Amino acid sequence: VSYARRAWIIFHKDLLVERRSKEQTNALLFFCLLLLFLFQFALGPDRERLASALPGLLWLGFILAGLLGLGRSFLAERENDCWEGLRLTPGDKSAIYLGKLTGNCVLMTAVEIMLVLLFALFYNVDLWTPAAPLALVLALGTLGLAAVGTLFAAMTTQVRAGELLFPVLLLPAQVPVLLAAVSATQALLLGQPLADVAHWLKLLAGADCVYVTIGVLTFEFVLEG
Amino acid sequence: VTHAPGWLAAVSLAAGLAAGFGYAPREAVQGDVQRIMYLHVPSVLTAYLAFGLVLLGSIGYLATRRPGWDLLAGAAGEIGVLFTGLTIVSGSIWGRPTWGTWWTWDARLTLTLMMFFMFVGYLVLRGAVTDPALRARYSAVLGICGLVLLPFIHLSVYLFRTLHPMPIVLKPSAPSAPPAMVITLLSSFAVFTLLYVGFVMQRYALGEASNDA
Repeated sequence: VSYARRAWIIFHKDLLVERRSKEQTNALLFFCLLLLFLFQFALGPDRERLASALPGLLWLGFILAGLLGLGRSFLAERENDCWEGLRLTPGDKSAIYLGKLTGNCVLMTAVEIMLVLLFALFYNVDLWTPAAPLALVLALGTLGLAAVGTLFAAMTTQVRAGELLFPVLLLPAQVPVLLAAVSATQALLLGQPLADVAHWLKLLAGADCVYVTIGVLTFEFVLEG
Repeated sequence: VTHAPGWLAAVSLAAGLAAGFGYAPREAVQGDVQRIMYLHVPSVLTAYLAFGLVLLGSIGYLATRRPGWDLLAGAAGEIGVLFTGLTIVSGSIWGRPTWGTWWTWDARLTLTLMMFFMFVGYLVLRGAVTDPALRARYSAVLGICGLVLLPFIHLSVYLFRTLHPMPIVLKPSAPSAPPAMVITLLSSFAVFTLLYVGFVMQRYALGEASNDA
C-alpha cells in the first residue's frame, strides 16, 4: 500500500466516522453559535468597538473551536485501543499524521466557514468583497493551527490530564500563526489589497511549512512505545 | 568537578557586578538604569543558549535513545526558563523608568513572553508524564517544536515596528557604544555563560542522582 494511499485510508476513516456519527460537527457548530453570544455580552452593543475587535474575535472563535476539535483527534483511537493498530501499521508513520492532519483541516474548515457566515450575519460585516484573499488567510492559518494541533493531540491523548495540557502546549506555539492571521484579517476587513499583507502571508506560509515538516519528521516518535 | 564551574561563576559574577557598577560609564540619556543592560542582555543570550541545548539534547535523545541526552535537555530547559524569567523581569524594571511602563505589548516582549510560556509548557509536560521513556520522547518532540519558534522571534524584531532597542554589538556595522561599555557587556556574557554551565551541570547531576535513587 503506497504512502499516499495509507494517508488516504486514515483520512477516509475519520471522515466516514464523523459523517455517520456527526459527533463533533454538531457540537462544534452549536459551540460557535454560543461563542457569538458570549462575544456580544463581552463587548456590548457598541458597533464601532465590535468592528475593531472583529478579526481578533473571529480567530479567537477558531482557536477555541480548534482546541476542542483538534484535542479529540486521537480520542477514538485511545478509547477503542486502536492506538496499537496505528502503531502496528507498516511503513512510514508520517502517513498517519498527514491523514489525520487532512481530516482535521477539513473539519476545521467546515466549522470556520459556518463561523464566518454567522459572523457576517450577526455583526453585519461585509465579508463578500475580500472573500478570496480572506479564504487564503483562513486556509494558511488553519493549516498552521491543525499541523501543531494534530501532533500535540497525539501526545496529550496518552498523558494524564492531557485535555488540560493540550491548550497549554498548543497556544504558545500558535502565537506566530495567530499574530499573522489576525493582522492579515484585520487589514483585509479594512479593505486593503492583498499586496499590503504580503509579509504576513509569507510569515504564515513559512510557519505552515515549518510546522508540517516538524510534524512529519517527529510523528513516528510520538506514536511508538 | 561538578561544583567547579559554579564556584568560578560565583567569583566572576562578583567581578561582573563590580564592572557593571564601577568600570562601565554612566549612560548620558538613560542614567544609571541603563546598567541593567549588563544583566538583561546576557540573560537573554543565556536563555537562547539554554534553549539551543534543549534542541541539541532533544535531537540527541531521539537519535541515540540515551537517557543522558534527555536529562541534559531537561536541565537546560529549567535553566532556560529561569533566565527567560530574569530577562523579562530585568527588562520590566528597566522599562518602568525608561518607557514609563512595566510592560508593553511590543512584538519583541510579547514573543519573549511566548518563548517563556512555551518552555514552561515544556516543564509542565515533563512533570505530567511519569514513564521516563515516554517523557523523554514527548518532551524531545516538544523541545524541537519549541525551538523552531526562535527564528520567528528573531525575525519578528525586524518585521514589526518595535520600541525595543536594537542590537549594539551583534550587528553588521561596528559596535555603537564606548569601549568600556562593550567590554563590560562582553565580560558579563562570559560570566553568565559560566553561570549557565554551572547551573546545567548541577541540575544534570541532580537528575542523575534522582534517577539512581
